[in-house]
Amino acid sequence: MPPARKRKIRLVVSLSAAVVLACALVFTSVSASSEAVTPSELAGAKAGASYQLTGKVVDSSVRTTNGGVDFRVRDRNGTSSVPVEYKGAIPDPFKEGREVIVTVRKEGATYVGERDSLVTKCPSKFTEDATQRNS
Amino acid sequence: MATVGRALLILALAVALYGIAASIYGAVRGRDEWVASGRRSIYAIAALVTGSFAILEVAFLRSDFQFATVASHSSTTTPTFYKAAAAWSSQEGSLLLWLWLLSLWASLVLFATRRQLRRVAPYATAVLLGFAAFFAALLVFLETPFALLAAVPAEGAGLNPLLRHPSMMIHPPMLYSGYTLFTIPFAFAVGALIARQVGAADWIRATRRFALGAWLFLGIGILLGARWSYAELGWGGYWAWDPVENASLLPWLTGTAFIHSIMIQEKRGMLKIWNVSLVLATGTLAILGTFLVRSGILDSIHAFGASTLGVPFVILIAVLIAASIGLVVWRRAELRSENRLDSLLSREAIFLLNNLVLVAMAFVVFWGTFWPLIAEALTGTRRALGPPWFDTYTVPLAIVLVLLSGVGPVIAWRKATVSNARRNFMLPVLAALALGAVLAAFGAASRPLALAMFVCGAFVVASVGQEFWRGVGVRRAMTGEKPLRALRSLVARNRRRYGGYLVHVGMALLFVGVAASTAFNDARDVRLAPGQSVRAGDYEFTYERATSRISTRDGGLQKISFGAVVDVRRDGRHVTTLRPERGYYPSRDLSGLGPVGRFFEGEATSEVGLKAGLRRDIWTAMTPDIRRLLPTIEEGDRVFSAAAGKLSPQLEGQALGVALDGIVKKYLADRPEATFRVITSPLVTWIWIGAIVVFLGGLIALWPGPDAARRRVAARYAARVAEDLGRA
Amino acid sequence: MDIVALLVILAVLGAVVTLVSAPLRGGAVEQVRSESADQVAELEAAKEAKYREIRDAELDWRGGKLSEEDHRVLDRQLRAEAVEILKALDDARG
Repeated sequence: MPPARKRKIRLVVSLSAAVVLACALVFTSVSASSEAVTPSELAGAKAGASYQLTGKVVDSSVRTTNGGVDFRVRDRNGTSSVPVEYKGAIPDPFKEGREVIVTVRKEGATYVGERDSLVTKCPSKFTEDATQRNS
Repeated sequence: MATVGRALLILALAVALYGIAASIYGAVRGRDEWVASGRRSIYAIAALVTGSFAILEVAFLRSDFQFATVASHSSTTTPTFYKAAAAWSSQEGSLLLWLWLLSLWASLVLFATRRQLRRVAPYATAVLLGFAAFFAALLVFLETPFALLAAVPAEGAGLNPLLRHPSMMIHPPMLYSGYTLFTIPFAFAVGALIARQVGAADWIRATRRFALGAWLFLGIGILLGARWSYAELGWGGYWAWDPVENASLLPWLTGTAFIHSIMIQEKRGMLKIWNVSLVLATGTLAILGTFLVRSGILDSIHAFGASTLGVPFVILIAVLIAASIGLVVWRRAELRSENRLDSLLSREAIFLLNNLVLVAMAFVVFWGTFWPLIAEALTGTRRALGPPWFDTYTVPLAIVLVLLSGVGPVIAWRKATVSNARRNFMLPVLAALALGAVLAAFGAASRPLALAMFVCGAFVVASVGQEFWRGVGVRRAMTGEKPLRALRSLVARNRRRYGGYLVHVGMALLFVGVAASTAFNDARDVRLAPGQSVRAGDYEFTYERATSRISTRDGGLQKISFGAVVDVRRDGRHVTTLRPERGYYPSRDLSGLGPVGRFFEGEATSEVGLKAGLRRDIWTAMTPDIRRLLPTIEEGDRVFSAAAGKLSPQLEGQALGVALDGIVKKYLADRPEATFRVITSPLVTWIWIGAIVVFLGGLIALWPGPDAARRRVAARYAARVAEDLGRA
Repeated sequence: MDIVALLVILAVLGAVVTLVSAPLRGGAVEQVRSESADQVAELEAAKEAKYREIRDAELDWRGGKLSEEDHRVLDRQLRAEAVEILKALDDARG
């Protein structure tokens, strides 16, 4: 086979492989991802589906339970909140008033958090009061 | 001094803008003195920013709380080492560190190339000055480290206790060194494109070591972050495919591809477009990595909501991407290959395949990280992907990568004959398969992907071992040296090659550690009362008793810790005693909290109980149940609030100390239950060992050869002789 | 702003301007390699890389990675390429 033809075949093969990978990526990312929502958007939640919930922990809502912690999450700039039951290790920075991300599933009237999915945003660098520090 | 610090930055910005103009003018008009002036601008900026950074550091070390940054990130009770490091724990301090490192490396490379690259260097200077100007502008207009407080507080907020770990403090300088070093080859690539010098490999030769150094520093930074996560946080893992982690991994992946593909351009003049695109992408990703974690774009799923830096950052990235694509398209004629791939069975082909795998991995990580934004842009709803999705793609790709890293060292350049390849690969392949069979017999077949990684890892170690063995053999045949000496001189004379081989071995060890600890670990979350135990893997963890203590420093209370003594046994025999704890730091915010309660309302950190070993790690963290203490704390709040003002501060302090002591003792007396996470996980230590081997290999590859000049001369004559003989 | 800070800033400003403008005021400007010298350096580097390839090929052969026949062919090819580079080097040096 002449070299030029060989090269063309190689090019076609690698491009096809890339296209296949890309399609697989896109397809699985659509099906495997969970919707990212705020508490107010959870109103239309379907039971059993998982959602990635972002919001602030409501003050005075944190209750330690035997296996983990129960708390409420509210919109960053709002008051509507939802209850979350989380079992498992609590991240060190977790506190009321902090912004959290947790993957939850609706079960009855409450939302159950997936193990190890609770992420608390580190408060030092990424706060909105960056503007207050300028002078 | 704050004014001086601010002024130095404003001056740096002005000099940067001047330097850009001077460099471009000098380049366009061919006026060397203007180019020299532009180069000196970088030196000047390095000096100015060093001064500015020094002022900030001194403020931290002296606990000068008039500086807003110092007040919010440090305190008098912070140990000195962390005071110095606290400078870059803040947004503005870290930007200053970034600018400082950029100016240092840029000065170094421009000084080293001041007599070369006449056409390329001025544009490279302009690009580096452009980055410097951008960061200086951010520091001057948006995030100043020299903001002063009108009312100077007596005590600062202190460093977040989570960051009080040596690896967390070295992690940012390592990462930033990596990011800033990657801007060097980026700038020279841009310069080479503009000046139509991409055909020649000058710009690659001048910046090769910087790219390698960048790769090394970035890798160390990433691994330090993983180590911190494992040893300090209470979840027991080292990688979570978090956007922050992914942001630093992306330039590292493309950088690894670049380091390999430039070898092909050096040898065969091929892959010019690919190399230039890779380095432009790597530089852009380095900037992306720098800003992703501070822009608020991904952590908060709401775009640009959480930070003032989001908009300038996006503009910069857009400019970089547009300019990169534009430049490559504009100069595509210069980027034609001089040669073609001779055979698929060659080292060139393996390198190419390695590049494709790395870029595929980078694309997967990129897609998964940015999917929330992409989905929102396309469909209107935000969506998020979890670790399992990433693992689905990166694990097979990593296995292929490790396999290739074992094939590469053994296969010949240009064209390997099948018979020879067979001969060379037989031993490593047999060794790897034999190991695989043994492991499968021991039950490893239950996790096929992990088994595949073990086999590939063994293949790499065997094939590199074979390379070293043969190399030493050849050397000894030529010089009669003793084995150890022969090894040393072999490596010394072929640093890039053998350093690189060592890196491959290190990466194989690292991936084997990752595979083993992910596939075969045993983790349990349980709630135990004193005396109860739980089993994880082959080990039994018994919660013997509770512990509690108050830590003080310089007479002030630092934290209150509640912990446990955990006895670990295997087959009834004592293995180790672990002491996990949870430490509670007092809250600085005095409003709304009781005088006693505030000691439990600040930051909390986990002290992990860890026994590391070559075969397995035993890990535990605990969360104490302090609910039974709450009534006592509330009572304390009532008593002390009522007595507020009635006691002298000294007496109040003493009484408070007694009260806290009582609470701490009550925790012990209650014999409380606690929640534990226990993990036994095999071969974790090999991840860190592998990382050290990678580091050593990288250093060897980076190190300049000492007698290169002498060898050049000798080789020249030898070759001329041989050539004459050939012609005769 | 206090007077000390102002003086420091002015001094620094002076130093920076002096440093950066030195080449423009007739100070020493680094002698940058000319185009032809660049070409020579490029060819020198190519020659070095080629010699490294020849040495590597020999190492590969002695280490058993290449058969004698394969090495002979490769060595001849590489040396021919080296000759081309040496010729180009001689031309470039004039």
